[in-house]
Amino acid sequence: MGKKGLLFDMEYCTGCFACTVACKQENQFDADTWGIKILEQIYTCPNGHVQVDNVPFPTNLCNLCAERIAKGVDNRPACVKACQCSIIYYGEASELAVKMQELKRPVLWVNNK
Amino acid sequence: MSVDFDKVVKTTAWSPGPGCHGGCGVELYLKDGKVVKVEGDPDHPWNHGRACSRLLACTQYIYHPDRILHPLKRVGARGEGKWEQITWEEAYDTIEQKWNRLKEESGPESVIFIQGTGRDIGGPITFLCYAYGSPNLTQLGLAGQSCYTPRLCSMVATMGDFTVADCSQFFEKRFDDPRYTLPKYIVIWAQNPMSGCPDAFQGHWVVDCMRRGSKLIVIDPRWTFFASRAEYYLQIRPGTDGALALCMLNLIIQNDWYDHDFVENWTYGFDRLAEEVRPYTVEKTAEITGIDPELIFAATRAYATSHPSAIHWGLPLDQVPEATAVDDAIVCLWSITGNLDVPGGNVIARNAWDVTQYPYTTQQLQEVYGEDILDRINGKRIGAARYEYLANMRSWGQPDMAVQQMIDGDPYRIRSAWIQTSNLLGGQAANMRKHYQALMNMEFNVIVDLFHNPTTEAVGDLILPAATFAEKESFRAWYQPLQLIRPAVEVGECRSDWEINFELAKRFNPSLRTRYPEFRDFVNERIASSGYTWETLSEAGGWKYPTQEEWPASVPYKRYERGDLRPDGKPGFRTPSGKVELYATLNEKYGIHPLPFYVEPPESEVRTPELFQKYPLVMVTGRRSPVYFHSEHRNIPWLRVCDPYPLVEVHPSVMKALGIDDGEWVWVENDRGRIRRKVKENPSMHPGYISVPHGWWMPEAKGSGPDFFNAWDINCNILVPTDTQSESGYGGGAFKTTLVRLRKIRPDEDLHPNDEAEWKDKR
Repeated sequence: MGKKGLLFDMEYCTGCFACTVACKQENQFDADTWGIKILEQIYTCPNGHVQVDNVPFPTNLCNLCAERIAKGVDNRPACVKACQCSIIYYGEASELAVKMQELKRPVLWVNNK
Repeated sequence: MSVDFDKVVKTTAWSPGPGCHGGCGVELYLKDGKVVKVEGDPDHPWNHGRACSRLLACTQYIYHPDRILHPLKRVGARGEGKWEQITWEEAYDTIEQKWNRLKEESGPESVIFIQGTGRDIGGPITFLCYAYGSPNLTQLGLAGQSCYTPRLCSMVATMGDFTVADCSQFFEKRFDDPRYTLPKYIVIWAQNPMSGCPDAFQGHWVVDCMRRGSKLIVIDPRWTFFASRAEYYLQIRPGTDGALALCMLNLIIQNDWYDHDFVENWTYGFDRLAEEVRPYTVEKTAEITGIDPELIFAATRAYATSHPSAIHWGLPLDQVPEATAVDDAIVCLWSITGNLDVPGGNVIARNAWDVTQYPYTTQQLQEVYGEDILDRINGKRIGAARYEYLANMRSWGQPDMAVQQMIDGDPYRIRSAWIQTSNLLGGQAANMRKHYQALMNMEFNVIVDLFHNPTTEAVGDLILPAATFAEKESFRAWYQPLQLIRPAVEVGECRSDWEINFELAKRFNPSLRTRYPEFRDFVNERIASSGYTWETLSEAGGWKYPTQEEWPASVPYKRYERGDLRPDGKPGFRTPSGKVELYATLNEKYGIHPLPFYVEPPESEVRTPELFQKYPLVMVTGRRSPVYFHSEHRNIPWLRVCDPYPLVEVHPSVMKALGIDDGEWVWVENDRGRIRRKVKENPSMHPGYISVPHGWWMPEAKGSGPDFFNAWDINCNILVPTDTQSESGYGGGAFKTTLVRLRKIRPDEDLHPNDEAEWKDKR
């Protein structure tokens, strides 16, 4: 079995923190412990257009909800289920690498450690 | 570590808990009778397993160490923070005795009933208010009743029904239903839908539509996520939306972009509307609104000529001057473009089987409380004599007049307040000082809430602990589907808002005891039109949409052609003429201007240039945070850490001019007072406007006076005036248009400028 990963489409991430809090709940983390963070970028383009972008990004504590999936509670990590924009995909890294070609601004995260 | 559980209960979220206007299907994971995890219900068509951060943090809310678990009575002076646990019996007896005495001495109108936002409070509070006999139900503090009520009443006056942007939410199969069409454009007018779930609309449905191909037109003073992805973004000057709406109507009429068939057959007053909007040329409107004239033209053409398209509107349209007139204009927009009750347009939003849980039209009120309800309440209802529109639309007392009357007793004394899950001093109340004074003037304040907050600590005499949605039996019929809220756990002695009000209502109106022995008897009566009872609906999964055969009025589309909207079964709309009244005869009847119109904000560069010299920034309050709902959730660790500070968001050019750094604490001030905020540099702001999020108090600070959780230091509503309401009595609260300045804090300044004098004076 190949490496698993998460694929994000930052074009449609609203930065709602659903993934962040779903992760804290699933792992029973303290408030200050993060398994996934929202990176916010607000910037002015040369033509005056202001871009408001967010992308969820897993921390080193992310284990892709191994226990949740092993126990059969769900077949996907908590953040994938909760994501209000449905922009997080979970699966084999090689398959996600194919999937990302359909998305507008994909970011692929794989933990090969 | 993944959480162990032994049971899953499926239910519906509707406050308290996530705090919002609810509707999501929820899975409560239980272990040994406690909720250990909360997730979205994958089978529920509203959210398909998705969940917001506030729902996901509910275990921290339900079992928070600071939750009030028992009825409390105040034992020290108001504000001393001394409370004593009492029994429910003692609490009910105390209220019964005091209010019976007040009724004898001063009439039932001397008790005012106060709620906040659109939660599972409207049903129980009307039930109690009318059982006791008071006509005074209000959203006290919310100047101009400026939250959805103006839009609702405008829609009733012009169309006889409500609409919402069609994101397929009226179909169980959602986007896969063959009757549905995607909007070509969604106009997001004055809202950032990612942050909340207001007015029974799940904000992320807009993202669902975008991903399927809907394009956006965004009208907002601030670059939002949606604005930066819009095909047309109109950065509007706060409060000038009315001028833009009139101009769009003018362009559509002048350029012949309107739907001739719909206008001819289904509208009334088109020619007079055309005449009224003619002065609003793009040039003039560009000057008023600050938007490029070519952009106004292009966006209007895109909306009007791309069929179907939908308008999704937000609360700021209730907080513009003459809000009901502006809302009328927007109704005219979706009507004359032929986007009314068509797939992918603005779809008429009837409750499932027309079940009423939270009565918010006069018609629903009459169905629930009898034909003569207005006659019974309007004689003494605050504002009903002055505002005929208000007297006949919904059933609120006018909040700006109410607070004044609580202070001066004219024309009669208000002596007691019932405040139900509304932390108004830390939340909705404009001019916090005035509302503090008014509530201190009451002899007996009963507050139903879950946590201590600035309102309980400052003015509470008796506190009743409310249950969260996880502890509650209730039902929800706010648009669709019809759904149940099923109790899964018990916490302390907390009781649901329904249970609390039901018991008290029976004490004041004993006939209710025979009519509804149990709360479930009441639910079964209210949902009877569906053919379900509590038990059968629960067995059927807990939620249902009506079919067209069962209840055609609840099922889209073009119900005006089918004859499903009017009580007489004729085609057309529930208005006097049977048409969409672009010229609103009901407005005329109630003594207000029958056509849409525009006026400047009460404070602005144009209207008050001298004040603008002194206070050159427009303070826009109320931008939502996805982790908070109004004044709630700052005490929830998983949420607070995502958005930890009371901010003021400022354009970098303004910061440079004032020598202010990112992260610095500064004063935001005007003649009404000053508050402290932490600066966030944000290029999404316009240099002329600052964003000051509302509802801030510090649960970690001292609750007793004079601190009251630091509300006096940081609550932006200290700076917002009352008495700016529209000529209808509804709308016009200046929460988006108040002039202020930013100032650096000098090292020698008192950091608590607002509280001391106030506290000493009023104690």
